Amino acid sequence: MRNLTGLLFAGGLGFMLLAIASGLDFGAPPMLVGGAIQSAAPQETGATNLVTSVVLGYRGIDTLGELSILFAAAAAAGLVLGRRHTTAGTLTEGGFVLKHGGAMLFPLLMTIGFYIIFHGHLTPGGGFQGGVILAAAFFLPLLARPGARLHHGMLSVIEGFAGSSFILIGLAALSEGEAFLQPMLVQDTLGQLVSAGTLPLLYLAVGLKVGAELAGLLSHLAQTESEV
Amino acid sequence: MMPVLSLELILYTTALGLISIGLAGVVLSRHLFRMVLALVIAEAGANLMLVLAGYRWDAVAPILTTLGEHPPMVDPVPQAMVLTAIVIGVGIQALAVSILIRIRQRYGTLDRSQVAERMDAEIADSAGIPRDVSQESPLGERPLPSLPDSTVEIRGGHS
Repeated sequence: MRNLTGLLFAGGLGFMLLAIASGLDFGAPPMLVGGAIQSAAPQETGATNLVTSVVLGYRGIDTLGELSILFAAAAAAGLVLGRRHTTAGTLTEGGFVLKHGGAMLFPLLMTIGFYIIFHGHLTPGGGFQGGVILAAAFFLPLLARPGARLHHGMLSVIEGFAGSSFILIGLAALSEGEAFLQPMLVQDTLGQLVSAGTLPLLYLAVGLKVGAELAGLLSHLAQTESEV
Repeated sequence: MMPVLSLELILYTTALGLISIGLAGVVLSRHLFRMVLALVIAEAGANLMLVLAGYRWDAVAPILTTLGEHPPMVDPVPQAMVLTAIVIGVGIQALAVSILIRIRQRYGTLDRSQVAERMDAEIADSAGIPRDVSQESPLGERPLPSLPDSTVEIRGGHS
């Protein structure tokens, strides 16, 4: 009976949403802001990746709020899981290939992570995607060598530095008489690595913050899980 | 001449189907971790729906490849919102999983009704009060014995 009710609920909701969606005009979005951003963004922000100019330029405060949500989730997970880790000697040692393969992947992952962060205003990618790759680079040795630890104090320092520099860049725009987080220093070099003014700096801060947060979160999860 | 299975129907059905499957999983599953996974599926459907909202026929990704004239591009605003939604989703999943780890350590199971049962018993125990029983639950053997005097009022007896 309960299953039937649940199925009816989900099916009815899906049918209702489909009926609503069938009235939409597919392929011709009615929103005008997208077109306006497309024509104005290259001059106003200097970034060729328009998603980046939306995320950091036009909706910068949203991104700041998103970073605080991520920070709150990471802090809450750390609070829930606590600090007691008793993994020493409880896990089997990894093999030769696993250990050295993990060690060899570390510099490659760091390189591609920073590449994606620094080219966030030119190509697909950016701080969030590159930050996740950085977190994977730091988490991989933990999987390959179960006894290894991450330096949580160092991670907190990086995270706090990145978060406060994001806000400081926004405040610098404010002190110049612009709006908070408004893109500044836009040069006339569209499409080159050094372009788009403060956007790459903001994305670097985002990438470091996301990477440090996710790495700390993953190591928390991995070390607590083996405690049972 | 409109084919029966047009592109938009397939895409909308996929996105809304993922949302429906995820919600059905949240409602139907008894295991807490499966509930989290079902939530992830529903979130993927919602993200796909958002990206579809910005689609434009014969358009390219919103990245300038040439200076000057550029072909029509899809709306970048929904894509930026999906980027936000994905990152927040990861944070929520990590928090949910860490809470599940604690529940597993505390109660030894992730079955929803068992966890609720043990949690209820523990709360009643630590507060030093009797377990709160449902007003609809049968008292015992059939035919039912008469209600105890102390619970006649709250169970609506002698009406």
